[in-house]
Amino acid sequence: MKMPDRKIIALDRAAILADAQRELDMPSRRLFGKRVLTLGGLAMLTGCTLTDDASVNTFLSAVSRLNDRVQAWLFAPGRLAPTYAESQITRPFPFNAFYSESEAPIVDADDYRLRLSGLVKGQRVWTLPELYALPHAEQITRHICVEGWSAIGRWGGTPFAHFLRRVDADTTAKYVGFRCADNYYESIDMATALHPQTLLAFDYDGERLPTKYGFPMKLRMPTKLGYKNPKHIVEIFVTNAYPGGYWVDQGYNWFGGS
Amino acid sequence: MHTSTGEALPLEARLLRPRAIQPLWLRITHWLNALAVLVMMFSGWRIYDASPVFAGLVIPTPITLGGWLGGALQWHFAAMWLLFFNGLFYLAMNLSTGRWRTKFFPLSARAVLNDLRAALTGHLSHADPSHYNAVQKLAYLVAIADLVVLVLSGLVIWKSVQFPLLRELMGGYDRARVVHFCAMTLLAAFVIVHVTMVALVPRSLLTMLRGR
Repeated sequence: MKMPDRKIIALDRAAILADAQRELDMPSRRLFGKRVLTLGGLAMLTGCTLTDDASVNTFLSAVSRLNDRVQAWLFAPGRLAPTYAESQITRPFPFNAFYSESEAPIVDADDYRLRLSGLVKGQRVWTLPELYALPHAEQITRHICVEGWSAIGRWGGTPFAHFLRRVDADTTAKYVGFRCADNYYESIDMATALHPQTLLAFDYDGERLPTKYGFPMKLRMPTKLGYKNPKHIVEIFVTNAYPGGYWVDQGYNWFGGS
Repeated sequence: MHTSTGEALPLEARLLRPRAIQPLWLRITHWLNALAVLVMMFSGWRIYDASPVFAGLVIPTPITLGGWLGGALQWHFAAMWLLFFNGLFYLAMNLSTGRWRTKFFPLSARAVLNDLRAALTGHLSHADPSHYNAVQKLAYLVAIADLVVLVLSGLVIWKSVQFPLLRELMGGYDRARVVHFCAMTLLAAFVIVHVTMVALVPRSLLTMLRGR
């Protein structure tokens, strides 16, 4: 079938040349080229938030909730986050909050009481000495911020899974919620609450947790991003009603798993 | 092909009307991919800005998507699904239809150099839009591989604890961020060259829209 092939290619070449000749004379070709080359069509997307568009927001929120389910599925309860050597600790460890360091709340150790509520049947009010007497564990793990940076730190405290059982919390409930002295609030899934590396932390780098890192206690979870780890905890509650979170309610992903 | 009365067209007439150069599934996945890549890139730039990997290298907010970190993350983690599943579908179709084999191979370094030289001296013919020249083949294969690297490094950044093997493959969480950014840069360069080439050979755009 050689003849027809050659004829076709010859015709194509002639056709293209004719096309090109005609189009080069047309001003609309330049315009077409301009349109192809500019990001004009995409200018609608760039630089604008589109968050004023309610339907876009609804869609994006729905996808975020879908991602919560996917992350819950991906979460392996036995999989541990990497741990590091003392020499790898990031010094100084960064401060990060929705306020400046000088505004971090100062909590009085003697007056402080940790209050538990919700689906908890055991001891609901705890003093700091009582908490310090609980079984102790340490970890040197990577704190990953949603912004992208990370830092390796060392935390000491009591394993949260053990604490939940100690206070006879309903571990079949969905959420554990937290309220904090700096008006921060957060909540996590029960699976993560029971993870072996989830630590109710009282110490940082071998010393009592300083104000800037969340005195008197923070929930340290190397399986979750930084904003999910509440500091200055004053209240813990177990519930099946979705409690939300400070950044989560503004649009960040709730599961926030790493 | 047949006339409206059902008679087969004469051989010549049939040969003068070519089959689709780009099948419908290919065109759809191409444009969905283009959309996904652009949303990922623009929202990714805003995420990058929150904590730049390279000190001093910050992408101006007006050319990013999302407005703020929270918004950019929402876009990024929505478009990733489109990128991923559309990409999987594209790869599966390419392999199962045999198009992968016929369009991209054979490919040799010599062919690439020859075609590159021809292109730069203005002698590379674009007469037959159904064939990729060697430079095109290489560029598209690199773009596909680059997207795979972007997805894998993205998974490590997203879930470095849940994907330990990938994490180690990338050299750890921090290095995965560098890999992700560099792969994005390569893709951005590809997009610029690709769009420029389309502008120089507008028939290729029509082919990707109409199929022929």
